[in-house]
Amino acid sequence: MRAEPEDELWAAIADPSRRRVLDLLVRSGEASASRLAGQVPFSRQAVSKHLVVLEQAGLITRRKRGREVLYQVDVHRLDEATRAMAELATQWDRRLTTIKRLAEAAHRPGNAPTTGRDE
Amino acid sequence: MAELRIEREIMIDAPVEVVWRTITEPDQISQWFADRVELEAKPGAHGYLGFGDQGGPVVVEVVDPPTRFSFRWNHPVAEEPVAGNSMLVEFTLRGEDGRTRLRVVESGHELLAWPDEEKQRYRDEHREGWATFTDRLAGLLAGRPTG
Repeated sequence: MRAEPEDELWAAIADPSRRRVLDLLVRSGEASASRLAGQVPFSRQAVSKHLVVLEQAGLITRRKRGREVLYQVDVHRLDEATRAMAELATQWDRRLTTIKRLAEAAHRPGNAPTTGRDE
Repeated sequence: MAELRIEREIMIDAPVEVVWRTITEPDQISQWFADRVELEAKPGAHGYLGFGDQGGPVVVEVVDPPTRFSFRWNHPVAEEPVAGNSMLVEFTLRGEDGRTRLRVVESGHELLAWPDEEKQRYRDEHREGWATFTDRLAGLLAGRPTG
């Protein structure tokens, strides 16, 4: 099973609109909520909500500059997310390969302890 | 839709019926998946998959031999798994001249907090899947100046 922090992280980036916000942050390096809102077709309020979720998942960090709050991507955490995703795909590749091996062995004549004759 | 999604496919030199048994019978499942398998291939059946000292409940969703089999897992312990709180694993089998094309899709974690109307509004605009996203992000991260 997967560790819980990973689940939280995935849930955070599972939403396409939120991915878009994250994507913009990756591109711009650092930006305020209003600047991000100017580049997406949803409200500033929605952007703020996404930023909260992303921050809770540890994917972005914030700092204050004057009266502005600037957000920045935590590259390591994001890298972790991408790796986790790739890892899940690899797991399925491994499992499918094993299924293939098992099914082909079961199907081979004279080597089918768990499969009877179908025809 | 708003979800995490992984799709994988493999071609197997065995008929669909054989592959079907491999993915639905507990003593077979334990050879490619979990160490401990308590699972009955019946819609709505509650089971358990154990991985070493970890593990969790699964609930079988679709059983349509020998072409479709799916279950949900990774849901909060006290809850019944539904779209939104769990991952859905779907197997699709297709016979091709005595061989089988086996496809698996794991998806889920649809956004809960996002209002339906907003989901609707942006659905068409944000079609890209996880794979594209991770590929592109990997590219962006690689090309991004550090510091």
